[in-house]
Amino acid sequence: MAAVKETVDQVRAIDVDQYKYGFESDIASDRARKGLGEDVVRFISAKKNEPEWMLEWRLDAYRRWLTMDEPTWARVEYPQIDFQEIYYYSAPKSTAGPKSLDEVDPELLKVYEKLGIPLREQAVLAGVEGAKIAVDAVFDSVSVVTTFREELAKKGVIFCSISEAMREHPELVRKYIGSVVPVTDNYYATLNSAVFSDGSFVYIPEGVRCPMELSTYFRINERNTGQFERTLIIAEKGSYVSYLEGCTAPQRDENQLHAAVVELIAMDDAEIKYSTVQNWYPGDKDGKGGIYNFVTKRGDCRGDRSKISWTQVETGSAITWKYPSCILRGDDSQGEFWSIAVSNGRQQVDSGTKMLHLGKNTKSRIVSKGISAGHSQNTYRGQVSVNRKATGARSFTNCDSLLIGQGCGAHTVPYIESRTPSAKVEHEATTSKISDDQLFYCISRGLSAEEAVALIVNGFVRDVLQQLPMEFAVEAQKLIGVSLEGSVG
Amino acid sequence: MLEITNLHAEIESEGREILRGLDLVVKPGEIHAIMGPNGAGKSTLSHVLAGKPGYLVTEGTATLDGVDLLGLDPAARAAAGVFLAFQYPVEIPGVGNVTFLKAALNAQRRARGEGEISTPDFMRLLRGAAGRLEISQDMLKRPVNVGFSGGEKKRNEILQMAILQPKLCILDETDSGLDIDALKVVAEGVNGLRSPDRAFVVITHYQRLLDHIVPDFVHVLAKGRIVKSGGPELALELEAKGYADFAEEAA
Repeated sequence: MAAVKETVDQVRAIDVDQYKYGFESDIASDRARKGLGEDVVRFISAKKNEPEWMLEWRLDAYRRWLTMDEPTWARVEYPQIDFQEIYYYSAPKSTAGPKSLDEVDPELLKVYEKLGIPLREQAVLAGVEGAKIAVDAVFDSVSVVTTFREELAKKGVIFCSISEAMREHPELVRKYIGSVVPVTDNYYATLNSAVFSDGSFVYIPEGVRCPMELSTYFRINERNTGQFERTLIIAEKGSYVSYLEGCTAPQRDENQLHAAVVELIAMDDAEIKYSTVQNWYPGDKDGKGGIYNFVTKRGDCRGDRSKISWTQVETGSAITWKYPSCILRGDDSQGEFWSIAVSNGRQQVDSGTKMLHLGKNTKSRIVSKGISAGHSQNTYRGQVSVNRKATGARSFTNCDSLLIGQGCGAHTVPYIESRTPSAKVEHEATTSKISDDQLFYCISRGLSAEEAVALIVNGFVRDVLQQLPMEFAVEAQKLIGVSLEGSVG
Repeated sequence: MLEITNLHAEIESEGREILRGLDLVVKPGEIHAIMGPNGAGKSTLSHVLAGKPGYLVTEGTATLDGVDLLGLDPAARAAAGVFLAFQYPVEIPGVGNVTFLKAALNAQRRARGEGEISTPDFMRLLRGAAGRLEISQDMLKRPVNVGFSGGEKKRNEILQMAILQPKLCILDETDSGLDIDALKVVAEGVNGLRSPDRAFVVITHYQRLLDHIVPDFVHVLAKGRIVKSGGPELALELEAKGYADFAEEAA
């Protein structure tokens, strides 16, 4: 995807501490006071002209959050986060109004240009017909522009920022928000529910196959700012949508917090494909700075024969805490999780999935590829749980770890729980190293050590890359190579 | 083309000297066979020339067309025209054979300051070479050496050689693990690559391979040095008498 385009073409010698997207944009912003309190929650809600019920919903979440404790079960270590030291709302000043491209701050457009995001519709149109992507760009806390809306509207597809959806389609938002990830789901999801600022909203009507890839592009720019976006995707009966998400942040010494919530809902025979290429700033080589990424993503296969597929390529963030999951509620519904998690430097990744089989003959498939280099720690944590009523359920997990060098670690923590004798649950796991012989073989054919590692790693993750839309896959492949530069030699 | 003078090399971790003053001169267009008992240093010679880590050259020189090979990293040696056909080709899961070939060829071309090869040109080159080596489409699509039979792996090495067009080809016991039919295909592949400006160093334990790849010179390597050189007839003599005499002579 465009999110990582520049990287690859131009940067050869990038290291973990030479993060490509580490430019800071000088854009006037409109912020809430530092720290968190009911006043801040009210401030955010007021900024967005939200209906009363939404404010109540946020306040309820905030009050519950105060009673909760930060989870500590993940295999990640970081200093205590001071939630009063963070700004919870930051909006580029000039984007308050409705969003046609002409009204967007040119500085902002330049930022996205630097990132290679195809906001200019005509630029995208000039490309291949099949490669059209509609983009919703989120800068710090708010969505700044959404492209291709008219064309989508012809099909009845709603694609806009969630703030806008709350005003334009309150009945849909109210019906579905929090229905997959409840307000009290977990510490970070609850925090998000209180202070979420923006995100994307997608609604695909019955029987519609969304005519193009939908994409959101997230960037954290402001200092000490948390990004709490919330995405809600609803696919009505027999519809289909493919959604891409890309992320970057500037390079900073201090840590930045990111706590998103994504909810997907698939009705009978609907299919949602959700792909992420996450390239938040990972911190420098000594582990200074970087994004703390605490994300709750969950899909609900609410209808029979529905399907939700998560594909993620995680290369950034100092800390990743992320478990995109599927609730397989409808009979014959299917959940998939395809993951590549690359860690280098001092990065810590604790990621995986949960597949909850509730309906009959539900199927889940998990393919996880973890690559650890440098002094990083990379954990796969997954849960497959088969309910008593989920007769004939089947689940297959394949979890492979690849180690590069001596200083890193890979860990696999599967939880399997089956209450149905007729269920079939399989788990396979391997751990391997890039051998010196493999490296020498490639190098003796003329490849540099870094090209050799990138080639071997891309071979290792090939199954997952194939799940990504093509333009995305090519970029992701290069991004993985860039992320691992400096890991050998 | 290749000039090796008084080469001494040891295994780095053990400090054990394997090559002890080896001299060899190979001219363009020639095929030199290197034979010798186990442990004589045959594979070490091929590894040291290709630049495999783990060896320490303590004395002597090796040059390719006047360029000091020992001062180059292995990738640069490849770009300079050195190719080692491995005794045990390595498997690279998930990396398609064609992808690998193209990446290697382009890396070498970039290193030499040439542009990358166009896809149609590459495919033409590949199809021609694959046809001569009886390499199927399926084998081209599969990941590098994964699940290949012994014969397929060796044929694949020769395919790489045909695509990369090196100046100096070193074959390290390419005949090991091959049945007679596979051996013939490999030998024909090698013979097809003979040219006045390319040289071969064929390392082998057995005379059998040399019936099919006829060398200009045969050398006996024992205890880290070339102890005897001759024409193809020397290989036959070795086949009849074994290496016992040379082990004695060198000692």
